[in-house]
Amino acid sequence: MNALILSAVWGIILMFCSILVKNKKAIGYIAAFGLLTILIGNIAETYGTQITHYNIYPMLLLDRFGLFFNTIAILSVFIFVLLSLIEIRKTGKYEPEFYTLIFFVICGITILTSYQNLLMLFLGIEILSIPLYILTGSDKKNLKSNEASLKYFLMGAFSTGIMLLGIALIYGGTGTFNLQPGTHSVVGTYHGISFLEITGLIILMCAMAFKASVAPFHFWAPDVYDGAPTPVTSFMATIVKVTAFLAFFKLCEVRVTDTLTAVNWKMIFAVMIVATLFIGNITAIFQQSVKRMLAYSSIAQAGFMMYAIFSLNDVAKEGLLYYAMAYSLATIGLFATMSKIKDYSFEGYNGLAKKQPTLAATNAIFLLSLSGIPLTAGFFAKYYMLASVIKTGSYTWLVIVGVCFATISIYYYFRLIQAMYFKTGNPDTIDHEITPFFKNMLIVVAVFIVLLGAFPQLLLNWFYF
Amino acid sequence: MPVSYYIILASALFCIGVAGVLTRRNAIIVFMCIELMLNAVNLLLVAFSKMQNIATPPGSVSVGGSDAQIFVFFIMVVAAAEVSVGLAIIVMMYRNVHSIDINFLNRLKN
Repeated sequence: MNALILSAVWGIILMFCSILVKNKKAIGYIAAFGLLTILIGNIAETYGTQITHYNIYPMLLLDRFGLFFNTIAILSVFIFVLLSLIEIRKTGKYEPEFYTLIFFVICGITILTSYQNLLMLFLGIEILSIPLYILTGSDKKNLKSNEASLKYFLMGAFSTGIMLLGIALIYGGTGTFNLQPGTHSVVGTYHGISFLEITGLIILMCAMAFKASVAPFHFWAPDVYDGAPTPVTSFMATIVKVTAFLAFFKLCEVRVTDTLTAVNWKMIFAVMIVATLFIGNITAIFQQSVKRMLAYSSIAQAGFMMYAIFSLNDVAKEGLLYYAMAYSLATIGLFATMSKIKDYSFEGYNGLAKKQPTLAATNAIFLLSLSGIPLTAGFFAKYYMLASVIKTGSYTWLVIVGVCFATISIYYYFRLIQAMYFKTGNPDTIDHEITPFFKNMLIVVAVFIVLLGAFPQLLLNWFYF
Repeated sequence: MPVSYYIILASALFCIGVAGVLTRRNAIIVFMCIELMLNAVNLLLVAFSKMQNIATPPGSVSVGGSDAQIFVFFIMVVAAAEVSVGLAIIVMMYRNVHSIDINFLNRLKN
């Protein structure tokens, strides 16, 4: 509840800052301070200190899992804001509004991590997406940004309609909007589950898969990620996507186990995983632009996160948290560096190690982490995902598929490392924006990734104690 | 009237909306079709609400089916918020390219 209240309040404060604060440079720091208070408020709530004790049980339930995920998400947003202070200032004269929308997205995140009612799922998804439609189009004069924004908006609104149809049918089948299923009706059933509920669940799953950009509902992702301004892409591809997965996980945890008698969910999810991994990895190989390559790589990583939704056990729960952390940090770092380089193609990175050794070294660590090399956080993230499948005891061939695709992904991640270290060239970097603060932040993120990779229990022990 | 009539009517409206989204090329008409989808869902929810209300035994504490009607109001509010954002995006697009044809949206595909 703390994070929800504080993020809404900070959103409104930032809105007024656009009138009241004349010093443009201060706004970024005000936003960073706001994020810090939300982070502290959320950690305090994990240990039992709340602003209000208002009973919101049937709608939201703040359990430890959700609160811990909130901490990870808000920390990622904090690092994201610190790394992209200058880019956000450059997106136009609407800097305070940019931060306002980010705070409202955090509002949506806190609802999605704690919802107990399908009404809250719907509201959370909408609070999360509507600010993103605006942020995607925040570069108003850029045609690509406009196009991405309109495309994202139309697709997003369409999927909202489909999601609502699913929720309405589930209501028709069970007579309740609660996440916990009510009494199953006795007429018109298949293996004890009503037809309406089965249809509704399948439709709702399609809409959630769309939000999380899982194949076959991924087609919007590359275009939108490519067209949006780089800081927004970084935000969408990491924090928002991971939150959509968490909401998906919470839904499946209850509803899928309840309807396993009627629908072969394991088979459906297995097909989705293979399709997502295949499309994401194979298409990423052929990309010439690093930004588009990262867009497809984010689809490939979504395929790995689907393993958690496939297995739905404790290992998957831990793994999802760990994956959220590892994936968000690495991708935020990569996008932050990219926004300092004018040419987004692979050639634009040629010889970066000579000109900006810090940037190249940290980026190499991020790429190693994304491809899952041991001693980085990405390795254990993938390990937990595959271990969760082995624990379920069925469909173990999915593990082999996962390992194969992880190997393929090394090709396009290492291609960037090769461009930075082993090719000669003079990359077109925006030197005056690469401040010592920016470099130090990148080093902190890289050290954090290596620490998490060397001692994975650091994060998970904190989760249990 | 049996609830299945309402389900058929709502599904028909929803399918008209989906078909419109998939075939029309004008951004505003696509957007209107999305609104049609949302309203089909509203109709469905109200029908289910009535169905639940009849199913509740008389004299019970809660009024059955009222939550679906509240859901309808939330859908209306969110749809209004979406309209305000969506029309702003369409206007922004129009100012830059002087067209709201969706066929323009293929510059990113290469």
